[in-house]
Amino acid sequence: MATPEITTEKPRMDLLRFATAGSVDDGKSTLIGRLLYDSKSIFADQLEAVEKTSSDRGDDYVDLSLLTDGLRSEREQGITIDVAYRYFATPQRKFIIADTPGHIQYTRNMVTGASTADLGLVLVDARNGLTEQSRRHAVLLSLLRVPHLVLAINKMDLVGWDEEIYNKIHAEFTQFATKLNIPDLEVIPISALQGDNVVNRSQNTPWYQGPTLMHHLEHVHVASDRDLVDVRFPVQYVIRPKSDDFHDYRGYAGMVASGVMKKGDEVIVLPSGMTSKIAAIDTFEGEVRQAFPPMSVTVRLEDDVDVSRGDMIARVNNAPKPSQDIDAMVCWMTNEPLRQGQKLAIKHTTRTARALVKDIQYRLDINSLHRDQDTGELGLNEIGRVKLRTTVPLLVDEYAKNRTTGSFILIDEGTGVTVGAGMIIGAS
Amino acid sequence: MTQTHSDYQLSQLDQLEAESIHIFREVAAEFEKPVLMFSGGKDSIVMLRLAEKAFHPAKIPFPILQIDNGLDFPEVAVTRDRWVDRLGVKLVVASIDDAIARGIVTDDGKTSRNRLQTPTLLNAIEENGFTAAFGGGRRDEEKARAKERVYSHRDEFGQWDPKMQRPELWSLYNGRLHAGEHMRIFPISNWTELDIWDYIRREEIEIPQIYFAHQRRVFERDGMLMTETPLNPLRNGETVSERTVRFRTCGDMTLTGCVESEASTLDAIIEEISVARLTERGATRGDDRFSEAAMEDRKKEGYF
Repeated sequence: MATPEITTEKPRMDLLRFATAGSVDDGKSTLIGRLLYDSKSIFADQLEAVEKTSSDRGDDYVDLSLLTDGLRSEREQGITIDVAYRYFATPQRKFIIADTPGHIQYTRNMVTGASTADLGLVLVDARNGLTEQSRRHAVLLSLLRVPHLVLAINKMDLVGWDEEIYNKIHAEFTQFATKLNIPDLEVIPISALQGDNVVNRSQNTPWYQGPTLMHHLEHVHVASDRDLVDVRFPVQYVIRPKSDDFHDYRGYAGMVASGVMKKGDEVIVLPSGMTSKIAAIDTFEGEVRQAFPPMSVTVRLEDDVDVSRGDMIARVNNAPKPSQDIDAMVCWMTNEPLRQGQKLAIKHTTRTARALVKDIQYRLDINSLHRDQDTGELGLNEIGRVKLRTTVPLLVDEYAKNRTTGSFILIDEGTGVTVGAGMIIGAS
Repeated sequence: MTQTHSDYQLSQLDQLEAESIHIFREVAAEFEKPVLMFSGGKDSIVMLRLAEKAFHPAKIPFPILQIDNGLDFPEVAVTRDRWVDRLGVKLVVASIDDAIARGIVTDDGKTSRNRLQTPTLLNAIEENGFTAAFGGGRRDEEKARAKERVYSHRDEFGQWDPKMQRPELWSLYNGRLHAGEHMRIFPISNWTELDIWDYIRREEIEIPQIYFAHQRRVFERDGMLMTETPLNPLRNGETVSERTVRFRTCGDMTLTGCVESEASTLDAIIEEISVARLTERGATRGDDRFSEAAMEDRKKEGYF
């Protein structure tokens, strides 16, 4: 059957970012290899290099995981140690895959990959059913508020395409998912090795009426995942040309986090609380009537108000509350544990401040969803609810409502390393 | 008032552009002394256009750095100069010959000019005190790049440590540095080769003529077609012939091969890329072929 052709005319083609989770044993690399291969995104020299390495190692099959395991140290150890980004396109869409390793110690990579994903793809082996690891992946995707989830039940060929097995895993997962925030779930029976229900509809699953994986990836509706109501425009940079042509030009550059901004809108600048109207929204191509996420634009205001990097432009009656007391779920990403009383740098939108860890309220066991309240610290790859006090007010929303204004990173001030990722629950 | 989401859609090229502009602005806001590393190739020209858009109507607020290896195609300098003049940006050129003359790098006669670029570049970054250097690397180019961050930290020796990379979440980039360290910034990480060409066509961006099909005297070496030049003497058994060719990348003239092609327009090039079966680096870059981990090794040392 025909595989998708890459076309060159694709002015309105859109973008889907998805994160994959699962281990090599679940056939994840084979699946990614197939998606890349069937969309003609693997080149002959890449395939040759992989074939050569496989035969040099004495493997009797072509190990497609070598396509994604890019670093020498990974190839030597036979494991994936980091998030790898992969690209393929069909006439409908361009896809960016954040391919994250499935091992227990690499929660931070999964969180990283999921942070920008529109969709999460969790792979299970039909013979094993749901494992602790697949549950954990679903929990992390839910925590990161990835709006769409696909559970791909792989290796269906090895269980005789048994509908009962599909139904059982489907039911078990649906039951588990009631405890999570998963607005959209698709469960697809596949064989990554043989290609069934990956790109082409399988003849072996007459009992399955749903889409193939590729069809779902191409058509899942992500445009409406954006919030087009609540205007949030974090100011990144002030543009002042100081040239003869643009003598008095003063524009506030940034990326629209949410909402639709229009010329003439009454806006408020936070944290100062000054109000003004949008005089113009500029781009390199000229003025635009409106700006929406994720456009990068430059906003000019009618009044000469003081605006600088780290400020936020919102609507007068719909603005985030400036707050120095932040309540958040934090994923800890470094060996030295997070403790009460610790001081860190915090980056939230375009604003950087310092934060004091007031309290670690509980540690979340991502296998059982149990909240361990006796914990005094968070270790590497642990997730917990933390109270922070910041040196300056942050302009926050709940992460559940806004993934841009609800997220932050924590930075060790000594080493400069990113040590934590936070998702805001509330502020007071 | 009801808004429908379909009225507010960006094409994937517009989304990539918006992301790249966001990165340029973050760096300009957060780093003391950024610089844009310019190779003259199509990717770095697309970077110039994106930087131009990011700060419009102001000028690009940082200089451009080029490493002159003495082996660049002359057509590349012509295009570069037109861009630099039009944008009114400052151009810093660090030459390998100059670095050799000053004893900063040693030419042992065996090391390729490509390898000598690395110490020359690192020295230029150090001498000028640049804290952030934009590069045109894309993650689809090569396996080692597939795992590199947008903000890629370099220690005081300019080295990249792939195992110690900082996690990079959402669009929150961490630009913290210690004295002597710098950051490599890759604003077009998420673009593919085809995206670059689609964008060049859409934006009508001027690129060097060697990307288009032309007549050239070439010879075959290691399965690649190399340009005839006194800088790259023929070896035993190599013969020169004139063919219709074009280049897929712009690099060192002695290492960068061309492909036989009749594609003389952007449409024809895009058509050709769409059906190409070899990656641009695998097809035409001698410097990436030495070992499977060639790029990873050079990156660790501080290569682009």
